[in-house]
Amino acid sequence: MTSTFRYLPDTDQDRKEMLSFLNVSSIDELFSDMPASIRLDGELAIPDALPEPALWKKMKNMASKNVELPLFLGAGTYDHYIPSVVGHMISRSEFYTAYTPYQPEISQGELQAIFEFQTMVCELTGMDVANSSMYDGFTALAEAASLAVGHTKRGKVVVSRAVHPESRAILQTVAAGPGYVAEEAALSKDITDLDALGKQVDGDTAAVIVQYPNFFGSIEDLQEVKRITKAHGALLIVSANPLALGLLEAPGRLGADIVVGDMQPLGIPMAFGGPHCGYFAVTKPLMRKVPGRIVGQTTDENGNRGFVLTLQAREQHIRREKAMSNICSNQALNALASAVCMAALGKTGLREMAVLNLEKADYACKLLQQKGFSVLNQSPFFNEFVVKLPKPVAGVQDALIEAGFIGGFDLGLDYGDPNGMLVAVTEQRTKEEIEAFIHALEGIVQ
Amino acid sequence: MTTYTDLIFEISRPGRIGCSLPERDVDAVNLSEKLPAHLIRREAPELPEVSELQLVRHYTSLSNKNHGVDNGFYPLGSCTMKYNPKINEDVAKLDGFGRIHPYQPEATVQGALELLYELQEDLAVITGMDAVTLQPSAGAQGEWAGLMMVKAYHKQRGEKRTKVLVPDSAHGTNPASATVAGFRTVTIPSNKHGLVDVEELKKHVDDDTAALMLTNPNTLGLFEKDIVEIARVIHEAGGLLYYDGANANAILGKTTPGEMGFDIVHLNLHKTFTTPHGGGGPGAGPVGVKEKLIPFLPVPRVEKRNGRFLLNREEPLSIGRVKGYYGNFGILVRAYTYIRTMGPDGLRQVSESAVLHANYLRKKLEPYFISPYEQVSKHEFVLSGSKQKKLGVRTLDIAKRLLDFGYHPPTIYFPLNVEECLMIEPTETESKETLDAFADVMIRIAREVEEDPETVLNAPHTTVIGRLDEVKAARKPVVRYERETVQS
Repeated sequence: MTSTFRYLPDTDQDRKEMLSFLNVSSIDELFSDMPASIRLDGELAIPDALPEPALWKKMKNMASKNVELPLFLGAGTYDHYIPSVVGHMISRSEFYTAYTPYQPEISQGELQAIFEFQTMVCELTGMDVANSSMYDGFTALAEAASLAVGHTKRGKVVVSRAVHPESRAILQTVAAGPGYVAEEAALSKDITDLDALGKQVDGDTAAVIVQYPNFFGSIEDLQEVKRITKAHGALLIVSANPLALGLLEAPGRLGADIVVGDMQPLGIPMAFGGPHCGYFAVTKPLMRKVPGRIVGQTTDENGNRGFVLTLQAREQHIRREKAMSNICSNQALNALASAVCMAALGKTGLREMAVLNLEKADYACKLLQQKGFSVLNQSPFFNEFVVKLPKPVAGVQDALIEAGFIGGFDLGLDYGDPNGMLVAVTEQRTKEEIEAFIHALEGIVQ
Repeated sequence: MTTYTDLIFEISRPGRIGCSLPERDVDAVNLSEKLPAHLIRREAPELPEVSELQLVRHYTSLSNKNHGVDNGFYPLGSCTMKYNPKINEDVAKLDGFGRIHPYQPEATVQGALELLYELQEDLAVITGMDAVTLQPSAGAQGEWAGLMMVKAYHKQRGEKRTKVLVPDSAHGTNPASATVAGFRTVTIPSNKHGLVDVEELKKHVDDDTAALMLTNPNTLGLFEKDIVEIARVIHEAGGLLYYDGANANAILGKTTPGEMGFDIVHLNLHKTFTTPHGGGGPGAGPVGVKEKLIPFLPVPRVEKRNGRFLLNREEPLSIGRVKGYYGNFGILVRAYTYIRTMGPDGLRQVSESAVLHANYLRKKLEPYFISPYEQVSKHEFVLSGSKQKKLGVRTLDIAKRLLDFGYHPPTIYFPLNVEECLMIEPTETESKETLDAFADVMIRIAREVEEDPETVLNAPHTTVIGRLDEVKAARKPVVRYERETVQS
């Protein structure tokens, strides 16, 4: 007698009828092609099944072991308000229980939503072409580097140390495959050292990669970086926070060849780091080298507008070992979430939200300076900046949690600056929270 | 189905907004004082301006033009389009999972780390591996991460092996991942039974062989019976055996890749472990390895010491990071919930039913379509439309005709080694009634091909749009909305 599971519809009668149709006496006979030497004797040694009510209780209990407090922590993942409408739209199961739209006649909803997403990404970044999304912003950056190496047939990329440490780490892992070099460019305080960069970039440089705003929140002068890449025929790759693009000049207007980043700030939950949603945008000349799925507009036999997956000759399922990337899936559902969020914010809302972020961070920074803290950033910053504490950040975090806050990112590990705390202030933080946080910080470091 | 055809940009009107922003409670900043003029945005991005209801109507209309597992049968081979349980969605949305930051101090995310740790342990048992990383975001990324470990393993042993062997029936990601990892690919032909030709394989195995990548059951839905011999051949030459877990739905609790002799495994949680496909993602592609490969696993690793869970970032031989943070956590939460729902007995029944359903449906259809292989099927099977092609109807046409009956068609024209291929994976979550009804429609279409081919050739007849001109889409790519394009 087998126990019953709510996801498994076969009754004993069903099984009997199917087995008899197949002229076999037991399900085990259907596994007779598996050599006995590799068959499992007993059951898998994993915990027993739980009924739904007990499971729900267990999962709620597990979730409750995680602490939610007002965050002054960003460093690539941000606490922004997600309008209710976003969750409702992506919970339409026609979207979330579908797969890649291989059959366009019954996937027009997904295809159109992605086409609209691609358009929004182009608008934000000032680029010509965007794909349907990538795993995350970090891996998108590494894919951009590989594209540049393949396109220019040069052997190295130069990546600023003000690019997110995880992006740089993943880039190193990726570069080790085909064997190109990912060289780091030095910093001048809170931004990329452009003088040093000018000397580092040469005729073998496929691309320069900078982040906008950079890891410390500061806004790199893309125009100056472009001057350097242009002189050597290298591509300019920019990793940009899409929310910041509500008020910062579009990278495409400043000469970027590839713009990547993560849509997480626009409608995607932090969720302990994923799933988020990378985006990938290029200028027209690079269109046929873009990794991943791209949706294009076309017509049916009656001339009606419709959408299909297109330019598939680039992809692994056609090109196999000659493909430019091994990417197959994307993050369609999160691309949808960010599209809904961008449409909810609209043209003016996006700018307002971006400005609010900058203002809140500006307020926090000024207040900290008034209280005698020193701030690393000398360039203008967006919603994040580095405060230098008089003692190591590592020892401060627990006390901040006691006071009811999650403090900023510790720059000790990745930048050898144990007293540097990268503080993020989004629109979610009220003036009262900002003041209380700084008050607590003052008390702790005294 | 709806006749709504507008793009969101076409319903936009200046002055509308679909959300409310928090009040400004701090001083305004004069941007032109703060930023250099050339870095301030001159033209705002043309995002749509719509009310909340317009937004809801728009996306609801789009959803009505989309077919998901909740809408109907979706026997897309090799994709395992099974039911996506609702409790998984609810659990993943709990604030304690959804609203935590990846860089919060470890002490504040013990529940999340516990879940990751336990999932690593469970997947290690299910695959017969010694350790698992949950970082890769998808199967293809898992393949690449696995191959980077293969590379690191050989390097550590003072060898530089350059060749990865891949059967001709393999998923396209296998050879593509090998290339991205810096290997060259050698394709191994299948024999007439649809299995790896072991004698042919032996000819290609040498001291330059880094690994063989194998899907078992393979993409024809057949179990590679010679797997023990294949593993011996590869291992004796000093190579490693990589398991593409796309078809793991056939083996849960029956055998494991570890038992078969594999050294590295990736799983697609969005296939076997019920996490939704999301219209193309996000998924998750955890990778398991045997003991000898543990030092090369990506960092950070989730570990348990003295009853506390922590992230270990320091492993000198690690291939490094492959993905931001700790993987697609929200997807991992769903898979964990599913595994706890099913337990060992349930997971074994999953594979048993998946295999029973595939064989049942296959036998029902065999009188009408060419069934190229004799061996018993596992969780999926292939048919060839070559008989129908002779009558002027191609597999693509059959697929389009299925749309008229509310079914998502099977995978078509893959694997490449079967002419006019239809690859059908019914999954365990479909009822016998659904299988019978689908079989009846397939049989009806087979008759139509003989008696009324025009009906099939002109299909679909009932969808919101007809067959689309894909050549035009690729030749003159329009990949974003522009006002001019639409008005013309």
